[in-house]
Amino acid sequence: MTTPAIVARDVSKLYRRFAHRNQFRTLKSALLTGSVLSDLRPEEMFTALDGVSFEVPRGTTFGVIGENGSGKSTLLKLVAGITKPTRGHLAVEGRVSALIELGAGFHPEISGRENVSINGIMLGLTRREVERRFDEIVDFAELREFIDAPVKTYSSGMYMRLGFAVAIHVDPEVLLIDEVLAVGDEAFTRKCLDKIAEFHRRGKTILFVTHSLGLVEKMCDDALWLRHGRAADRGDPKRVVDAYLTYVAGGEEEALLLSQPAATSALATTLEGPAPQAAPGEAAPATGYRPGRWGGREIEIRAVRLLDARGRERHVFVPGESVTLVLSVHAREPVDDFVFGVGLFSAEGTNVYGTNTDIEGYTPRRVAGDAEVKLALEGLSLIEGTYLLDLAVHRRDGTPYDYLRGLHSFRVKSRLKDVGLYRPLHRWSFAGGAEIVPPEPRRELELGDDLSA
Amino acid sequence: MIAAIRALVRYRALVRSLVSRELKARYRGSVLGFLWSFVNPLLVLLTYTLVFTVILPNRQEDIQPYFLFLFCGILPWTWFQASLAESSGVIIASGNLIKKVLFPAEVLPTVTVLANLAHFLLGLPILFAFLAWKGRLAWTAVLLPLPMMVQLVLTLGLALFLSALTVHFRDIQNILTHVLHLWFFATPVIYSYAAIPEGSPLRQALRLNPMTHVMVTYQQVLFHGNVDHWRGLFLALLVGVLAFAAGAFLFDRLRDTLPEEV
Repeated sequence: MTTPAIVARDVSKLYRRFAHRNQFRTLKSALLTGSVLSDLRPEEMFTALDGVSFEVPRGTTFGVIGENGSGKSTLLKLVAGITKPTRGHLAVEGRVSALIELGAGFHPEISGRENVSINGIMLGLTRREVERRFDEIVDFAELREFIDAPVKTYSSGMYMRLGFAVAIHVDPEVLLIDEVLAVGDEAFTRKCLDKIAEFHRRGKTILFVTHSLGLVEKMCDDALWLRHGRAADRGDPKRVVDAYLTYVAGGEEEALLLSQPAATSALATTLEGPAPQAAPGEAAPATGYRPGRWGGREIEIRAVRLLDARGRERHVFVPGESVTLVLSVHAREPVDDFVFGVGLFSAEGTNVYGTNTDIEGYTPRRVAGDAEVKLALEGLSLIEGTYLLDLAVHRRDGTPYDYLRGLHSFRVKSRLKDVGLYRPLHRWSFAGGAEIVPPEPRRELELGDDLSA
Repeated sequence: MIAAIRALVRYRALVRSLVSRELKARYRGSVLGFLWSFVNPLLVLLTYTLVFTVILPNRQEDIQPYFLFLFCGILPWTWFQASLAESSGVIIASGNLIKKVLFPAEVLPTVTVLANLAHFLLGLPILFAFLAWKGRLAWTAVLLPLPMMVQLVLTLGLALFLSALTVHFRDIQNILTHVLHLWFFATPVIYSYAAIPEGSPLRQALRLNPMTHVMVTYQQVLFHGNVDHWRGLFLALLVGVLAFAAGAFLFDRLRDTLPEEV
C-alpha cells in the first residue's frame, strides 16, 4: 500500500469563544485590557475538535457523520487547509478541492464565463487548464445559454450548479464534500453523485461530510462518527451509522424522559443500582434503558459478532434472514455457576425478546479459559429499525459476571414499512366476494450482496 | 519578506485575473463604463482647480500653470489613498473566500493596490496630453517609473499591514479615513515643497513623511523637468521596504487567525 492520502493524528482545534461584550473586538478595548493574550485564556476557548485521529487510504471514500455542531465542518476545513489545527498533526497528499461552499468566489457583476475562469484559477488550475475544461464545465452545469450573463442574474440553483461544476473539474487527488449535494434538483443531485462515483472509480480519495446516512452506507469504505468534537466510533460504515442511529434514538429517548419529571426518579434508581438482579428479558421498564456495562468480570465477554447465513460479519439485516450471535468469552478461573443470556430491545428501549440458558433448562457444568457461545436466530421476525442487544453472563441467582447493556446493536432494513414490535410469518388469502390485487412479487433488499459490493 | 514576494509571484495568474475582474466589475452597468477611469481624475482635477485658482488662488511662481502642477500630484495620491482605504476592508469583504476556500489571503490587498495602479496608469495619458499641450513634457518623464516603484512598495506594505489588522480591529477603517485626509495635507500635493523655507519646523516634519519625497519626485520628473531629489526618494524607498517587510511579517503572523475572525 502507498502512503495514505490523509493522515490525522490527535488533531485538536480550539476556537476563541466570543463573549457578547467582545464580539466586536475594538482597538480601544485591546489597548485598555492589555493585549490579545488576555483573550486566549483557556476558559475563553471552545473545543471544536478534540484529539481526533484517522487515516484515509488513497483511493477510498471516507464518510464523516455526526450531529450539528459535532465538529464535522471544522474537520473538513482543517483537511482543506483553510484553518490549521491547534494541536496534533494533519497531512494531506495531493491537490485538494473542497466543495464546502459552492461558488464562494463568484463576483455577481461579471459573467458566468469570467467567473468560471477566475474561480478555476482560485481553486488551483492554470489559465490554460481552465480554457481546456471550459466547455466540459459549462455542459456539466447545463448553463450554456446563460454563460455570458452576469452571475447576479442566476437563480440560486444555477449558481450552485456552476460552482459545483467548476470545483469538480479542478480534478483533485482529494475531494472534500460538505453536504453540498442537498442543493439542486433531483436530476442534478444524481449527476453529482455519478460524478463522485466516477472519481471513486478513478482511484481518487474522497472525504464526505453528510447527514445522509444512506449515502454513507452506500458510498463510503470507512466512516467516522464525531460526537462533541471527539471520535465516537470509526470503521465499517454500516456499523458506525448503526451506532450513530442508536445514539440518536437514545438521545430522543432522553429528551422524552426529561420532559416527564415523574420518570426521572425511576431512572435515577436504575442508574445507581449497578446490577439489576434480573435475567435479560425480565428487564427494566422501557424508560430506564441505558447502555452500560457492569459485573465482576470473572467471566468476561471479550468480543461480540453478528454473522449472516454465510458466516460474514454484518450489522444490517433484512427480515427473514438468519442471524447468528457469537460471543467470545473468557473465564479467569474455572466457574461452574453460570448462565448466558441475550435480550433484544427496540431503539425506544422496549424489550422485544429475552432468553437465557437457565430459562431454557441448560445445566451449567464448567467454563474455563476461552469459550465461544453462539445463538442462532433463524429467520429474523422483526420490522425495520435499530435493535439493541443485552448480552450477559451471570450466576443463576442473577449476580452478573459481565453484563453488556445496549452496547451492541444491529439494524433491520425492509422495503415494507409495516409497524409493531415483531413480524410474525404471515400470509394473506382472500375468498368469496373480496377482490384484491396482490403486489408485484418483490424480493427483500439483498443487503449482503448489493451494499457491500 | 522574501517568502511574501515569492507567494505573490506564485499567485501571479490569480492576481492578474482578479485585477482584471476588479477593473471590469467596477464600472459594469454604468453608462460611461470604462471611460470613468479617465473621467474620474478629470473631475477631481476640475474640483481642485476651481478651489485653488478661483476661490483660493495659488499664485506661487514656480508652480504655474497651477492646475497642471496639481494634476501631477493628485493622480499618484489618488492611487495611494484609494489603495489604502479599500485594502483595509478587503479581507472582511471577501470573508466568504477566506473562510470557505483555500485562498491565499495576501492576494486580496495586492489586487486592491494593483487595480488602483491600473487606474493610475489609465489616467497618465490624460496627464501627458495636458503636459504636451502646455509644452511641459520633458525628457525627465522617462524617470517616472522610479517614484512609481517606491510608491508601489510602500503602498503594498501598508496595504498588507492594514488589511490584516483591520480584521482584528474594525475601528481602523473609521480612523483611516481621517488619517488619510490629514496625510493628504501633510504631503506636498496642493502646495510646493520647495516653497517651504529650509530649516523651518514644518519642513522638518514634512521630511519625515515618505510620501513627501515620492510626491516631490513626481512633480520634478513630470512638471519641473529637472530632478535632484534622489536622496529623499532613496530614503522613501528604505521606508517602503521596511513597511513591506513589516506588513508581510504581520500578515503572516495573523494569517491563521483570519478565517476565524472574519
